[in-house]
Amino acid sequence: MIRFDHVSKRYPNGREAVSDLSLEIARGEMVFLTGHSGAGKSTLLKLIALIERPSKGTLVVNGQNTSALPRSKIPAFRRQIGVVFQDHKLLMDRPVYDNVGLPLVIAGVPEKDIQKRVRAALDQVGLLGRERTRPIELSTGEQQRVGIARAIIGRPALLIADEPTGNLDPDLSIEVMNIFKRFNEVGVTVLIASHDIHLIERFGVRRVILAQGRTVDSWDAHPEPALPEIRADRT
Amino acid sequence: MNQWFERHVQTLVGSLGRLWQQPFATMLTIVVIGIALALPACLHVLVQNVRVASGGWNSALDISVYMKPNASLDQAKRAAERIRQRRDVDEVTLIEADVALAEFRRNSGFGAALDALKNNPLPHALVVRPDAEYRDAGRVQELSNEIKKVDGVDIVQLDTEWVSRFNAILDVIRRGVFLAAVLFALGILVIIGNTIRLDIENRRGEIEVTKLVGGSDAFVRRPFLYNGVWYGLAGGLIAGLIVAIVVAVLNAPVQRIAGLYGSQFELQGVGIVGWVALPLGGALLGWLGSFIVATRELREIEPK
Repeated sequence: MIRFDHVSKRYPNGREAVSDLSLEIARGEMVFLTGHSGAGKSTLLKLIALIERPSKGTLVVNGQNTSALPRSKIPAFRRQIGVVFQDHKLLMDRPVYDNVGLPLVIAGVPEKDIQKRVRAALDQVGLLGRERTRPIELSTGEQQRVGIARAIIGRPALLIADEPTGNLDPDLSIEVMNIFKRFNEVGVTVLIASHDIHLIERFGVRRVILAQGRTVDSWDAHPEPALPEIRADRT
Repeated sequence: MNQWFERHVQTLVGSLGRLWQQPFATMLTIVVIGIALALPACLHVLVQNVRVASGGWNSALDISVYMKPNASLDQAKRAAERIRQRRDVDEVTLIEADVALAEFRRNSGFGAALDALKNNPLPHALVVRPDAEYRDAGRVQELSNEIKKVDGVDIVQLDTEWVSRFNAILDVIRRGVFLAAVLFALGILVIIGNTIRLDIENRRGEIEVTKLVGGSDAFVRRPFLYNGVWYGLAGGLIAGLIVAIVVAVLNAPVQRIAGLYGSQFELQGVGIVGWVALPLGGALLGWLGSFIVATRELREIEPK
């Protein structure tokens, strides 16, 4: 699904955020990307979403070489990927419905289908009935879940998330991670950047550890299949 | 096709709704566009009216006939009688040389200079008014040729020269109006372009998010194109309104002037064609202005 082949990314200011990184993520895999802040997690995700282009090396996402993709093909490319942003990137002055439905509006889906699918997506993140609310009236955790609903509504084969639990308390964090896990279980490839080691350790999935733009370590998934959903500790 | 249509209608209405949310800013833009469109439209209406009015003069041409300097009053009277009998002549007025001189003395202020002359330098003259049915250029010309053959007639003057000069001047003015219209159109492009640029700046975050989730340049541009169309359309309607008000205000005094000249002349407005052309032209300019600016600006906005 994703193959980094000796990829480097150097920003105009000279900082090399990703150095000679090689990494492969198979279709249907769920992977946590960890490391200290500044280790290159965000850059790696931006490269996948084609927000940035590699300076060196090749990056193939869903069979497409991102270096060779012309600018005009970027929108169509992005529509195949669901992205959850650390700062949510919601339209704060538009109702939740407009936010979640936006990818479908762009894709030209008929209004009737959009209504159904928005409801379904909101149901999956536990926000059914909040269509008319504006994100600004929601809590951070709820905003994050609106972002997830928007990322999944286009039924992407690949879901990437940058610190999706960054601002959440532990209970909510587990809840959000469980949402991702459920998508992975239906075949979606999921890549989550997070520095929350304690949280990650509770999920038996593959871990890739970054430092100074390189992979320094990797943990494979637990051998036992399909861990039961982890419950938040209610103390 | 249906979906495409649905999307466009949605964007169209959505963009209208957005403009509605900032009534003051929207109003300002529309009024500026309206005034910019109204100025050339007013000039055009003015020229149009002058043409209509002068067209009326064209058909009411009199022919001035000057007798030879040595022709006697009797000769002049006979000539007048002969001409009057023609079918294509409505009326012939004889202006005797002495009467003409007296009038000239009174009106010109050359009284003292005229006193120095021994003889009356003016000939007898006739003013021939062609019959209403014969008042086209060809027939009037024919008539004047016939009059030239009458005994004692020296010069036949058709007063078409000043009309053609006047028309030439009018042509220059018309061309000037056209140039003014082009300049104002450019001005409108700039006004709309700048307004759209500000709109884009205000919605930068939204554009970035839309691009992040896969919106193409054309998709994010669409609402701004509709904004431009709305601005231009509303501006065109305002322009039509301004012209209508100008015409209404000027009509009464113009009619008074026309009345003094014995004419029923009435100012014409922009007409149906104008009411269609102004909003359509405005919408076209709005679309073009926003297209140029939005295409350029939106390329620059990339999510980070």
